[in-house]
Amino acid sequence: MPGTLTDIINYVIQTALGVVGLDYARVPEMLRIGAAMLIACGAMLGYVAVVALFFGWAERRVAGRIQARQGPNIVGPFGLLQLIADAIKILVKEDIIPQTAHRFLFRLAPILVFMGAFAPFVVLPFSETLVVSNLSLGVYYALSFAALEVVGVIMAGWASNNKWSLYGGMRLAAQMMSYEIPMGLAVLTVAVLSGHLNLRTIVLDQQGYWIFSWNVFRGFPWAFLAMFVFYLAGLAGSKRTPFDLPEAESEIVAGYHTEYSGMRFVIFYLSEYATMYVVSALTAVLFLGGWHGPIPHVLAWDGQVHWEAGPVLSALIGMVNMIGKSFFLMFVMLWFRWTYPRVRVDQIVYLCMKVLVPLGIICLMGASAWALVW
Amino acid sequence: MVQSLKTDEILVNMGPQHPSTHGVLRCLLKTDGEWVREVWPYIGYLHRCKEKIAEKVSYIQFMPYTDRLDYLASANNNLGWAMAVERLTSIEVPERAVWLRVLAAELNRIASHLLSYGTFGMEAGAFTPFFYGFRERETIVSIFDQLCGARLTYHYARIGGVMRDLSPETAKAIRRFLDEMDRRWVEYNTLLSDNEIFVRRTANVGVIPADLAIAYGLTGPVLRGSGVAHDIRKAAPYACYPKLDFKVCVGEGLKGTVGDCWDRYWVRMLEIRESVKICRQILDGLPEGPYQAKVPRILKVLANEAYVRTEAPRGELGFYIISDGTDKPWRCRIRAPSFCNLSILNRIARNCLVADVIMILGSIDVVMGEVDR
Amino acid sequence: MEAKDICEILMRHLPDAVREFCIDTADPYLVIEPTCISDVAAFLKNHPDLQFDMLQLITGVDRCQSFEVVYHLTSLRFGHSVTLKAMILHDRPRIASIADIYPAADWHERETYDLLGIVFAGHPDLRRILLPDDWEGHPLRKDYVAPESYHGISNAPQ
Repeated sequence: MPGTLTDIINYVIQTALGVVGLDYARVPEMLRIGAAMLIACGAMLGYVAVVALFFGWAERRVAGRIQARQGPNIVGPFGLLQLIADAIKILVKEDIIPQTAHRFLFRLAPILVFMGAFAPFVVLPFSETLVVSNLSLGVYYALSFAALEVVGVIMAGWASNNKWSLYGGMRLAAQMMSYEIPMGLAVLTVAVLSGHLNLRTIVLDQQGYWIFSWNVFRGFPWAFLAMFVFYLAGLAGSKRTPFDLPEAESEIVAGYHTEYSGMRFVIFYLSEYATMYVVSALTAVLFLGGWHGPIPHVLAWDGQVHWEAGPVLSALIGMVNMIGKSFFLMFVMLWFRWTYPRVRVDQIVYLCMKVLVPLGIICLMGASAWALVW
Repeated sequence: MVQSLKTDEILVNMGPQHPSTHGVLRCLLKTDGEWVREVWPYIGYLHRCKEKIAEKVSYIQFMPYTDRLDYLASANNNLGWAMAVERLTSIEVPERAVWLRVLAAELNRIASHLLSYGTFGMEAGAFTPFFYGFRERETIVSIFDQLCGARLTYHYARIGGVMRDLSPETAKAIRRFLDEMDRRWVEYNTLLSDNEIFVRRTANVGVIPADLAIAYGLTGPVLRGSGVAHDIRKAAPYACYPKLDFKVCVGEGLKGTVGDCWDRYWVRMLEIRESVKICRQILDGLPEGPYQAKVPRILKVLANEAYVRTEAPRGELGFYIISDGTDKPWRCRIRAPSFCNLSILNRIARNCLVADVIMILGSIDVVMGEVDR
Repeated sequence: MEAKDICEILMRHLPDAVREFCIDTADPYLVIEPTCISDVAAFLKNHPDLQFDMLQLITGVDRCQSFEVVYHLTSLRFGHSVTLKAMILHDRPRIASIADIYPAADWHERETYDLLGIVFAGHPDLRRILLPDDWEGHPLRKDYVAPESYHGISNAPQ
């Protein structure tokens, strides 16, 4: 049975080349891994685009539903093709760079932001086998790349040479940097409980009694609290309502992306959904059992295994579980957005420093004590 | 190290094109980071020389121009202008017309406050109240469509009466709407008024003490939000208001200090309910009879002058007309409530956050068509 | 309290200030010596039986030979109102500002200055308010002729 996504891809290539009579094994090891990685990354990139497109549509449908109106429903079934139409519209739009902007940084910023948003996808596991890169420090990799976004956003805010953009950039910098602390504390709580930093291992650890072996229940109350800390901090990190101050339309016009148009704007837009997905997926992985449950891989009672999914079915079930949970958590974010007003800049710092950080520390200390006792 | 960093206050233009300056208001902010040290409002971007126009057109012709003052409450403006001209000419208005005008004015007040509810929510960062407010406003607008054929600039009250009688179907539609409004009102509060984030954004922000409010000539919900029970419908009753039973709603500082943004918001919400009550009473007690008095085609007004004030959704709307015996006023001065209400902005929006300035501006609820005239 | 009683109180305390009490219009008004406007405003605001705490409106009226400045005051406490008029010369349109007594007068005086060119002496910040700073003339004057263009934008009717 193949180990990871890379192995699967290699296996597929080998088989495919074998059909036409070429021996893939003769290609040097490094090249083979590189090719597989490239393909896997391409697949993830496609996945990000699909998720962003889907949620661009879902957001509007959910908003329509909440706001007692229709939302897009003309183009294609349920308006599903609306996003394609939008994408075409945006691609042919004029790309405007303000005359007084710093042209190089202005162009670089969206790329950095997207990089920061996309990089964590590489370590997100979809099932036991489906993971692009099984890094042993996966959690830290994800968190640290998320921080790259800050640089891009400050750059965008500064390079636009617009005071409102600068405000947005500075707000985001303050917000993301402070919210990384409670996020880190919540992650540490899980790390202490499970003893790993590898996302795959963390999920494997949550196997057993259906949903009751999820960290959120197993580590009750510490992991339970930590989940809220992590999710809220992640919400702030992905600048979603009620923490959407960096792009608060009613205050600072559109914040750091005020001056961006066309494709460059879309890159910011995609990154926002990508970040949302990363936060949701990480919450699912760290606290909600990843690919385990609610659809089980194994049916066992009376101490006997009655049914076990095969490797392919198991990967499929894992994917459904994982994507289902992530999408649900993303839906909650949409739900928040269309329900709540926005907090103020002092309140956001208050919430972080005086509520989430102490809570995170309590979780970490509680979990450490827990780990020592057991 | 930190002390040696040089920081500076920056001047930022908020508007005239800005999502939440209610049209074309321009505010110059002096900011120190997120702190706003001072705000200077600059107005006049929508100035259309209304007072000059009034001197050039006849009394009857000026009526549609009043629609475009506070374009969110044109029925109230029509009422004010009609009453002012009737006061000068001693035209007797049929009782039914008086009641119909008040019905239109109160419906329009609900519509105006609903819009204010929506935009205020939007300024706080919540989108959904905007759509909910607009959903109910749409019903009112359709009712006006039935009533007088227009959806925004109604031109409903005419000198000496109203343009058209109320049909039974429209009356039924209004009743249906009023019943629905009662239900929706509760929903609105669940969504926004009692929301913890919203309360924290608005309570204790932009507090206007009662004496300051009076000194700056604030009127309407802004004044009442400061706890001053002053409503021209009660203080100097006009039209059929003495026969109607309603309450003057004042801010009580339920969530913070008396006179904060939340209080001003809440006064508007309460007024929606009072206006619903008034509309019901009007529909129940609407007298029969003609709806338009005989008014000469060319209305000449003897040399005279009068200041007539009415309670528009945003406060005291006054028309001061000086006539000279011709069919055009010699001078027409419009006391626009938003103009006076906005003048306090510089005084209260000091040393607060950028987000607070938006909330204060939203809670004052100006309409630039009226400020700039 | 009726306008007549208000006039009597005012005449008793500031006999020089009141020129005339006019009752033949729909709203009676008091004609005030323009030089006394600050005193009258302060008196009306502070007198315990009058307490005119709110300034509703300041209007400038071009009467061709002269300007009238009209003040509408009201008392929220007692519910009575009064209209004051001050007649000033057309070629020297100048009157004392009451913005220090009624902060509400600030913007009204600026607007009257902007549209009629009446100068309010002692106003803290007498600038144009509705029109641009570089606008020429005062549109609400009866002898005002609208400019043909403004910054190259034609004003001719279409």
